[in-house]
Amino acid sequence: MKRRTLLATTAAAASLPAAAFAQAKTKIVWWHAMGGALGEEVNRIAKEFNASQGEVEVEAVFKGTYPETLTAAIAAWRAGQAPHLVQMFEVGTGSMLAAGPAVKQVWQLSQETGIEFDPKAYLGGVRGYYSLPDGRLASLPFNSSTSVMWYNKDAFEKAGLDPEKPPATWNDVIAACRTLKAKAATPVPMGSAWPIWIQFEQFAAMHDLVFATKANGFEGLDTELKVNAPPFVKQMQRLLDMSKEGLFKYAGRDNAADAIFPSGEAAIGFNSSAARAAVARDAKFRWGEALLPIDPEVNAKPLNSIIGGASLWTMTAPNRTPAEYKGCAQFLKFIGRSDNDAVWHQHTGYVPVTLAGYELSKKQGYYEKTPGADLPIMQLTRGEITANSRGFRLGRMAELRNIFSEELEKALQGQQGAQAALDATVTRGNRVLREFEKATKG
Amino acid sequence: MERRTFFGGWALPAAFVLPQLLLTIFFFLWPAGAAIYGSLTRQDAFGLKTQFIGLENFEDLFTDPLYVESMGRTLGFCVAVTLISMSVALLLAVFADREIAGRGIYRTLLIWPYAVAPAVAAILWILLLHPQIGMISHGLKAIGVAWDYKINGTQAMLVVILASAWKQVSYNFIFFLAGLQSIPRSVIEAARMDGARGWRQFRTILFPLLAPTTFFLLVVNLVYSAFDTFGTIQAMTQGGPAKSTETLVVKVYRDGVVNLDLGGSSAQSVVLMAGIIALTIMQFRFLGKRDKT
Repeated sequence: MKRRTLLATTAAAASLPAAAFAQAKTKIVWWHAMGGALGEEVNRIAKEFNASQGEVEVEAVFKGTYPETLTAAIAAWRAGQAPHLVQMFEVGTGSMLAAGPAVKQVWQLSQETGIEFDPKAYLGGVRGYYSLPDGRLASLPFNSSTSVMWYNKDAFEKAGLDPEKPPATWNDVIAACRTLKAKAATPVPMGSAWPIWIQFEQFAAMHDLVFATKANGFEGLDTELKVNAPPFVKQMQRLLDMSKEGLFKYAGRDNAADAIFPSGEAAIGFNSSAARAAVARDAKFRWGEALLPIDPEVNAKPLNSIIGGASLWTMTAPNRTPAEYKGCAQFLKFIGRSDNDAVWHQHTGYVPVTLAGYELSKKQGYYEKTPGADLPIMQLTRGEITANSRGFRLGRMAELRNIFSEELEKALQGQQGAQAALDATVTRGNRVLREFEKATKG
Repeated sequence: MERRTFFGGWALPAAFVLPQLLLTIFFFLWPAGAAIYGSLTRQDAFGLKTQFIGLENFEDLFTDPLYVESMGRTLGFCVAVTLISMSVALLLAVFADREIAGRGIYRTLLIWPYAVAPAVAAILWILLLHPQIGMISHGLKAIGVAWDYKINGTQAMLVVILASAWKQVSYNFIFFLAGLQSIPRSVIEAARMDGARGWRQFRTILFPLLAPTTFFLLVVNLVYSAFDTFGTIQAMTQGGPAKSTETLVVKVYRDGVVNLDLGGSSAQSVVLMAGIIALTIMQFRFLGKRDKT
């Protein structure tokens, strides 16, 4: 029996040297939240990395939605079974930064493994979201998008609007929506996915408005929401009025309204720039991509928009070896390589996160082939970043968004006015921020 | 004469009870204990810092108007689901109990929905009622109803009540049918000879004789609608719009799993646990008494 096992092992080792070799490889588990076509891209990256060298083997595991991945990662860490790498959505950044020993931030990883990561290689708007106030990288930027305005060129033409001239200000948007409605070009003139992210968070960043004190939480846990200030009230009132007039249709939180534009129901659809693949696939009409509209009365010189998406965090676990951390660093380095970044950008519609990846895409002629694909990048890099346009570092931010959504929904139902809705958002939101502060400070 | 078996010593009886005991400890006492402990603490998501804060979580809970609102909402939801699912089931059971051709087929079909998983049932209802793609919503819009449960709270509530009640009709149907079949035919015959038919027969004979079944189902349905409807609600509305379908279990999930407020969510679980215990005691007391008389 013993001899047979021995023989079998020898035979296996002789005939499959690669398999025997694989056992010596350092295994890195990577949890992500990319389903469907994006999941295949993730698998492709892992495969290419594994083929590119012989020491480290990355296994990509799909863990469901972003919030599910966050929950799973936390539960796993508490059980001492955390994955090596986890893809964490941007609103989870505040929670991860408070995770102390549960994570190894990029700069720590760099120190321990000697593998350098240059924060300056990344686009400003992207880098700011995932780094510490002093500029050190906390997590590695991965999939980033920003929001844009998609519009239906056929519907614009039908309504007598110039299909090559999308509305640039909110007044233009309202005027266009009225025309679209009068000519019944589409069932509803305007819809918006991610209402809070796009209509309020982006609005605040681009117009240089204080969304929350302490630089939106970057400079301290004792941050407070300020979204009941007049410009926000104006923005919400605008949405409420548009909804009442039949110009805007609210179709749910987060990505619930994803289909409202590509299906042709709305002529103007706000969504992530990463919706490009879906729009290209599903829209049965000519479409265009445009910058988010601005309100010149609030601020005539718009700043950069902020990003959405996710970054990669290195997690700790008992008995994790330096070799494993080194593997993590190597893989992160691989993902940040300009050629890989450019491919990811061009395959998915996410923006390139590195400047070099952007340059490479330019050189490859990608933006001539797909006009409009660099529009999100231009929007992300517009103007000088201020404390208000760096992004958000609020604890339990997913919950804050839900609170905001609930109050918006109540206002849309006519149960309260714009000011009352935003006051309630601030009161309820600040309570959550205080809870987070207490729990984190300990 | 009672037949009892006596065991010598305690090792053998202990061994017999052990599996059940272990199950109870691991799947009930341990988690329940952890929930009670958790409800007295404030902790960050990663469990790095845990502070003992006494009853602060409960204080927060009961001074939070949103929680009190959610309790009222849950009560209304449970009563509506129970009422609808039981009355429809009873009606169907009475008709299926009659001597009609092909009643085996009817019965089978009526029991079918019970085998459908809550999430799947929810998807079926979404396909019917979705504001953009639903078949029923097209019909409703055609007759001028502004149907959009994604934004209208009342409609959303209606939708989850309907879906949850539908899911439970089959279960109730089985019990009512069995209850009806166990009523001695002679009693019904006698009633008929005395001239009681139709509604009168149902009201004076069938319904009173069904009372134990009805009470049992009442408790089961209340528990079902309070706890087992999570899947349906989560799949259909996630508690929205604007919290209008957020029942207590949905809130526990949202606060604990999504928002990672483990202390507050544990406190809510403890409140729910107290509710379930009260309901169970009531059922034992009430049914126990009935059996004795």
